[in-house]
Amino acid sequence: MTEPLVRIEGVSKSFGSFQAVKNVSLQIEKGEIFSLLGGSGCGKTTLLRMLAGFEAPTQGRIFIDGVDMAAVPPWERPVHMMFQSYALFPHMTVEKNIGYGLKHDAMSNAGRQARVREMLELVQLTPFATRKPHQISGGQRQRVALARALARQPKLLLLDEPLAALDKKLREHTQFELMSIQERTGVTFIVVTHDQEEAMTLSDRIAVMDQGVVRQVGRPGAVYEFPNSKFVANFLGSINAFDAKVTAIGEQISVDVPALGQTVIARAVAGVSVGQSLTMALRPEKITIHRAPVEGANVLAGGVKDLAYFGKDSLYRVALPSGALVSVHAVNAARASDDERLADWDDKVWLSFDPASVLLLTD
Amino acid sequence: MKRSNTFLLTMLGFGFAFFYVPILSMIVYSFNASRLATVWGGFSTKWYGTLLSNAQVGKALTLSLEIAVISSTTATILGTMAGIALARFTTFRGRTLFSGLVTAPLIMPEVITGISSLIFFILLGQYLGWPAARGFTTVTLAHITFSMVFVTTIVQSRMLSADRAIEEAAMDLGAKPWQVLRDVTLPVISPAILSGWLLAFTISMDDVVITNFTTGPGTTTLPILIWSKVKLGVTPDINALATLIVLTVGLCVLAAGVGMNRAERRAERDRRLAYRANQ
Ligand SMILES: Nc1ncnc2c1ncn2[C@@H]1O[C@H](COP(=O)(O)OP(=O)(O)OP(=O)(O)O)[C@@H](O)[C@H]1O
Ligand SMILES: [Mg+2]
Repeated sequence: MTEPLVRIEGVSKSFGSFQAVKNVSLQIEKGEIFSLLGGSGCGKTTLLRMLAGFEAPTQGRIFIDGVDMAAVPPWERPVHMMFQSYALFPHMTVEKNIGYGLKHDAMSNAGRQARVREMLELVQLTPFATRKPHQISGGQRQRVALARALARQPKLLLLDEPLAALDKKLREHTQFELMSIQERTGVTFIVVTHDQEEAMTLSDRIAVMDQGVVRQVGRPGAVYEFPNSKFVANFLGSINAFDAKVTAIGEQISVDVPALGQTVIARAVAGVSVGQSLTMALRPEKITIHRAPVEGANVLAGGVKDLAYFGKDSLYRVALPSGALVSVHAVNAARASDDERLADWDDKVWLSFDPASVLLLTD
Repeated sequence: MKRSNTFLLTMLGFGFAFFYVPILSMIVYSFNASRLATVWGGFSTKWYGTLLSNAQVGKALTLSLEIAVISSTTATILGTMAGIALARFTTFRGRTLFSGLVTAPLIMPEVITGISSLIFFILLGQYLGWPAARGFTTVTLAHITFSMVFVTTIVQSRMLSADRAIEEAAMDLGAKPWQVLRDVTLPVISPAILSGWLLAFTISMDDVVITNFTTGPGTTTLPILIWSKVKLGVTPDINALATLIVLTVGLCVLAAGVGMNRAERRAERDRRLAYRANQ
């Protein structure tokens, strides 16, 4: 097996008695966009800072390109960081900012200038080369920070919430820009974010973190469709979750869900046994809503309690006889006026879902 | 409404009068032809002439400037180092003690600082044979000691409000710690260093108490000279000297005001540039 670009082995970090990062092991391949996703304070920045060399792990080791980083100071690591606050040098112009890292390389003056020009073009800031950071807009500052971090051609670029300070529209635009820049430069990115959509859009792989622990690592689709815990399922998208008990295991698994007042059939998975308590979860978009009774397993009857119309889709909250609420996301595929909508307040509806869509979560 | 306005204006008038009438009367009397400081004898500028031809005053002024430049520069270097250290190394052993020690002189009565400096110099002289006599060196050292803490305080508070991340960014981009200090930290805090230097300079320029304790024969700074002359009675040439000092200070304040105004306008222009860049 080839050596991954970054190998994090059992890394923990404590501040006093508080453990910010707990026994994290990750491998990041060359050329990947890897996202660290997690709520506020879960240790994402701390992990990045250990990669950059600003914090030393309390335990564990970090290898970059096969080299143990323990004794390598930040200024000698082949890693650059784009800071959450951008951290541009306020007293230097845009081009001086971008060229700052090159000063520390053995490089001719002309080569340096050419590289700065190249970076300015890459982030489309050539007209602003002689401005100071406070003379440009927030989005442009973000691009300066990116260009500055890329100028020295790092092996690894760490981006700490690179888009957090941008407004929604600019953020979407910049996401694609980041991806195309990554493609053109081939630099490996580790992106920290607490925005799940951003993580899904940007990344080749995602690590979901919770209170210092990595809960799951995988491709966005895999983590979304096959979450390994209720936490991950809830963090990426939304779920309907109910306590359940396994009643039979055969071709498929039957679970009794008291809140729904019935048995639900799920696709067989490994690692469950009859009598086991677990969480049965369903994503709202995996449920189909009907106006007439339907036959088969996995059908629930109820009444529409709430309805939110978003244009391209709608969110229904359906109350079951047992009192449980189920959220259903339905695409508004057909054009309908108000009174011919799929379902309306207090309408009686039937919900159906595929056994393959049922998530059985033991954690 | 109207009434309270009048009231406020009156208060303001009194306030200004309280401060400026003595200064104004001093300026007026510096043009007094009479030798008696308190009797008006007609307009004359002769005291300015007397003053300019007075070698003693010129010497005292030069000495004061020399001491002020040397002591404020040294104090700025030492104070900046201490300020950076206090702001950056937040957890070294004895930090609380050290920062207490740094700020204590700010509130220490000058007399105490003066006496302790004096005793220290005497002891040094006895045991080491240096300084042999009190004078230029001892005054300068004493000034460094007590003006350094002002620089430290200013630099430290600037460092605490500065974004730590820009130093890390520099380090991340390949700068070794001393390069970070040279390229990023010092330029960013340079306004604070400059105001620290100015403060140290002013403090040194007008110090009487500590200088009095640590000076020796032949080393007479301008404030000491004025002080000793006034003890023998206020003469019009002192008024003239004081007027010149007021004039200098006034010009400095004016220049600072103009400079600030200009910086303000530049900042406004930058904001507009950034705004247009957004469009
Ligand atoms: N220098 C420090 N000293 C003490 N505690 C720290 C320090 N740095 C971080 N922490 C703590 O470690 C935890 C993780 O912090 P971290 O900055 O890594 O969170 P994060 O995941 O980046 O959060 P956010 O999304 O809010 O940026 C937090 O609880 C924080 O208070
Ligand atoms: Mg963070």
